[in-house]
Amino acid sequence: MRDFALVRPASLADAAAAFSGGGEAAYLAGGHTLIPAMKSRLRMPDALVDLSGLGLSGITRDGNRLWIGAMTRHADVATGATAIPGLAALASGIGDAQVRNRGTLGGSVANNDPAADYPAACLALDALIETDRGSHTADDFFQGMFTTALADGEIITRIGFSIPARSAYAKFRHPASRYAVVGVYVADHGGQWRVAVTGAGPGVFRWAEAEAAIAAGGALPAMPADDLNSDIHAGPDYRAHLCGVMLKQALACLA
Amino acid sequence: MKFGTGQSTPRVEDARLLTGQGRYTDDMARPGMLYGTTLRSPHAHAAISSIDISAALEVPGVVAVYTHADIAGYGPIPCLVPLSGEVKTPRTLLAGDRVRFVGDGVAFVVAETREAARAGAEAIWVEYEELPAVASIAAAIAPDAPKIWPQAASNSLFDWQVGNPDAVAEALAKAAHVTRLRIIQNRVAPTSMEVRAALGEFDAEAGFTLTTGSQGVASMRRELSKVILKVPEDQVRIITHDVGGGFGMKSFIYPEYALVLHAARQLGKPVKWTGERSDAFQTDTHGRAMESEAALALDAEGRILALKVETWSDLGAYQAQFGPAIQTMAGGRIMGGVYRIPAIQNLVHGVVTNTTPVDAYRGAGRPESAYIMERLIEAAAREIGLGVDEIRAKNLLTPAELPHANGLGLTFDIGNFPAVLERAKQVADWAGFPARKAAAAARGKRLGRGMAYYVEIAGGGGTEEHADVKVAADGRIEMAVGTQSNGQGHETAYGQVLAARLGVPLEQIRIVQGDTARMEVGGGTGGSRSMAFGGGAVLQCADDMIARGTALAEADLGGDVDYGDGLFKARGSNATLSWAELASRHPGALDGRSRYTTKESKPAPTFPNGCHIAEVELDPDTGVIAVTRYALVDDFGVLVNPMLVEGQIHGGIAQGLGQAVLENIVYDDAGQLLTGSFMDYGIPRADQMPPAVTFETLNTPSPTNPLGVKGCGEAGTIGAMPSVINAIIDALDGKQVEMPATPEKLWRLANAA
Ligand SMILES: Cc1cc2nc3c(=O)[nH]c(=O)nc-3n(C[C@H](O)[C@H](O)[C@H](O)COP(=O)(O)OP(=O)(O)OC[C@H]3O[C@@H](n4cnc5c(N)ncnc54)[C@H](O)[C@@H]3O)c2cc1C
Repeated sequence: MRDFALVRPASLADAAAAFSGGGEAAYLAGGHTLIPAMKSRLRMPDALVDLSGLGLSGITRDGNRLWIGAMTRHADVATGATAIPGLAALASGIGDAQVRNRGTLGGSVANNDPAADYPAACLALDALIETDRGSHTADDFFQGMFTTALADGEIITRIGFSIPARSAYAKFRHPASRYAVVGVYVADHGGQWRVAVTGAGPGVFRWAEAEAAIAAGGALPAMPADDLNSDIHAGPDYRAHLCGVMLKQALACLA
Repeated sequence: MKFGTGQSTPRVEDARLLTGQGRYTDDMARPGMLYGTTLRSPHAHAAISSIDISAALEVPGVVAVYTHADIAGYGPIPCLVPLSGEVKTPRTLLAGDRVRFVGDGVAFVVAETREAARAGAEAIWVEYEELPAVASIAAAIAPDAPKIWPQAASNSLFDWQVGNPDAVAEALAKAAHVTRLRIIQNRVAPTSMEVRAALGEFDAEAGFTLTTGSQGVASMRRELSKVILKVPEDQVRIITHDVGGGFGMKSFIYPEYALVLHAARQLGKPVKWTGERSDAFQTDTHGRAMESEAALALDAEGRILALKVETWSDLGAYQAQFGPAIQTMAGGRIMGGVYRIPAIQNLVHGVVTNTTPVDAYRGAGRPESAYIMERLIEAAAREIGLGVDEIRAKNLLTPAELPHANGLGLTFDIGNFPAVLERAKQVADWAGFPARKAAAAARGKRLGRGMAYYVEIAGGGGTEEHADVKVAADGRIEMAVGTQSNGQGHETAYGQVLAARLGVPLEQIRIVQGDTARMEVGGGTGGSRSMAFGGGAVLQCADDMIARGTALAEADLGGDVDYGDGLFKARGSNATLSWAELASRHPGALDGRSRYTTKESKPAPTFPNGCHIAEVELDPDTGVIAVTRYALVDDFGVLVNPMLVEGQIHGGIAQGLGQAVLENIVYDDAGQLLTGSFMDYGIPRADQMPPAVTFETLNTPSPTNPLGVKGCGEAGTIGAMPSVINAIIDALDGKQVEMPATPEKLWRLANAA
């Protein structure tokens, strides 16, 4: 890992200022994506701006939204997001215990790995992603592989999830990394259904046909394999099939 | 007690290892120490046009950059079994005019910090002219394939054959039934928990000191000094501290081991190199990597008439230290296992590819042979309508038929194979399977059951081992043994053997290893040989020290002396002398070295064998399997420490299971490594292991060594690969599947017409 400066700001304004203080900077949350990238020299920031001193962690309920601070660890979501059991269960299935004790909601969402779990929850739970500059709806936020609506230096502060009547997440784990080969999050917002799929495609997406079918009580659709990912672990047709299986599993969890 | 202690004594090394007191190579630091890093080829096959190191030398902290020109005076890493004859495949410490696999070393950068060394490596400008690569066996043996070694006739460097081809051809021609399979054994990475590291030091008087995690310092020193560094052996000291897993891979010399020594001599400072996980995936020798065509001829009743196997063994880009021997001398003669097979032919082609060199990996050839036979015999049973237990029972050698020469140069000495099979069926609740299968089917799952009867040759290579004892004035006994624990628990097991022989408490004993300055001879650890050979050496050394002590005590006490329970007792009086008393009266006089040799100094392999039975549950909707039951009965001869044995079994099963369903080194057609990290290369986790491993032994002591042990380090892996795959094939109603049996493959097969 190359030498870098570590900055520990105490306010959002200081953090943003440190970020634009010259040279390449990166925000440091749990470090479970960033640090490995630095070790393998894929990223070589001059400065790391640590977000842990900004009071960005914690879980609060405000009406029909569950607000979770960007710096909240996966392990704390797993135990603390009791208002949305599907979300808590999702968090408890991320990586392993070490990853869950370090990795954060904000880091995962900002990173938008196409195989990450949280982006599916954000889409299906119609989340608001709040930042130091404003807020984004989940539908607008995720823009494909590792790409989001965040501007350079914009900091996610907290994420507000709509509390659904029922929701569940089913994930087919990658045999090596245990990220999602396919993950499907299903949420019933009082008859309005949202279904989000991660892992299968180049980025998280909503599965409109499934939403309509569930709402109408019709037969569940098959996922077309056309634009799905293919790698040594799963071809597109297998991924497409798994979307259907995970959808069924998630629906079964709701019952 | 005649045979060791037989107690599950807790490991004496655990307190140290579990409290962070272990000492691994990378833990070592020296004042003024420099750090080395290797710049590796990004191409699978390329000519090096030029290397410009000038920018690297400008990087702050960089002290030196070495390329092939600097190390051309050293010998290449030797292949000790060059079956290719006249065609040599020398692996120089750094590539000369050509690189032959992704990861081949091109330059070695030494700097004041690890980071500076890395930055230096990045600043080196290498101009490559890419050459067409052959990244698989099929590509390598295709007509007109580009040649990796131009002086060779083709990429197939040698043919090795044992057995009786004529008799096999005849039997195949007239057999009532012939089962044929094409079998692939996937390439795997050893993935030791501790990655390789090396610390090089040089002193004008004492010469070189290399600290590295090896599987035996003495054998490594022999090749490193004479062949590579070209200095007398006594100018090289090798030290091995704790080792976090080797599995065969750490037996070998890697370029960095000589490069740190070269740099230390040139720069007058200690130089340390520590590999990263990506270095490990790219450059630790890989295992297995072979394809076979196999045929089993049977008569109408299912009795085996002949076995024919032809294998293409992927050697990687260079013939590694033992690489060519793995499917041939090491594993090729055990083909067919302990079945009654009148005619066997085993033909092996050694093929080079533009990939990481392949060498010994837990079992080293024996799992591969067992896997082929155990796949074949279950396929045959299915084809002719016999039970997989019945066909084995029919064909296993009985005790009355032993000793039995297998026609490939091995003679099975002892064992009761049918009894082991029967017992394994009981332990596995063989009879209860149909009910479990029906219950699984009711849940939409397909239950399959697979068996494997394996036999191993253990301790096959050498004929001797050494132990060297020192008795301190306080009576503490320190014994060096010429083998090397990589985590197995040798300190405990040898301590038990010695304590039992001497009648002293284990606490009075310390077992040491891994320093050529303490003991410059020893065969190291590999091929499940340590307890058979090292144990023999410990006993010999104990007997010799008792003899020395008796002579000293008789002189001191003036008369005949008997030894027992740690005391030399005068026969005519109550006078006694303890080890402490004798050692303080006669400093050094009790010390000495003993050499244990097999009878007539001939190789005396042991034949651990056993029966594994696995049950797997397949979810046809996803292709996911779970190993729901696992039972095995082994014949390991005498057990010195049953708990250590069981630990070896669990670890062995994990590695066999890993290879069977998960682990896979994948190169693309251009020879790029697609599975270079744990993000893509899966290894088994605790939750993928069977919920319980039911393990028993039914032992017949080996007559080849004084302890009667047979060796157990590789056995778990050998049985697990075929038993798990056979169970999966059973769950697929006989559809053949190759390793790794991944969910995607199984989903396709489960849903194929
Ligand atoms: C072994 C392993 C297994 C894993 N398995 C899974 C898995 O199964 N499922 C899964 O979803 N993930 C998995 N992960 C990823 C893990 O959840 C990461 O922790 C997460 O993706 C990134 O979160 P972090 O807090 O570690 O972020 P960091 O690594 O600190 O940062 C990631 C990126 O986001 C930026 N960033 C961080 N916080 C903010 C913020 N508040 N505002 C703006 N930008 C920010 C950083 O600058 C950086 O670019 C795994 C990781 C590892 C190492």
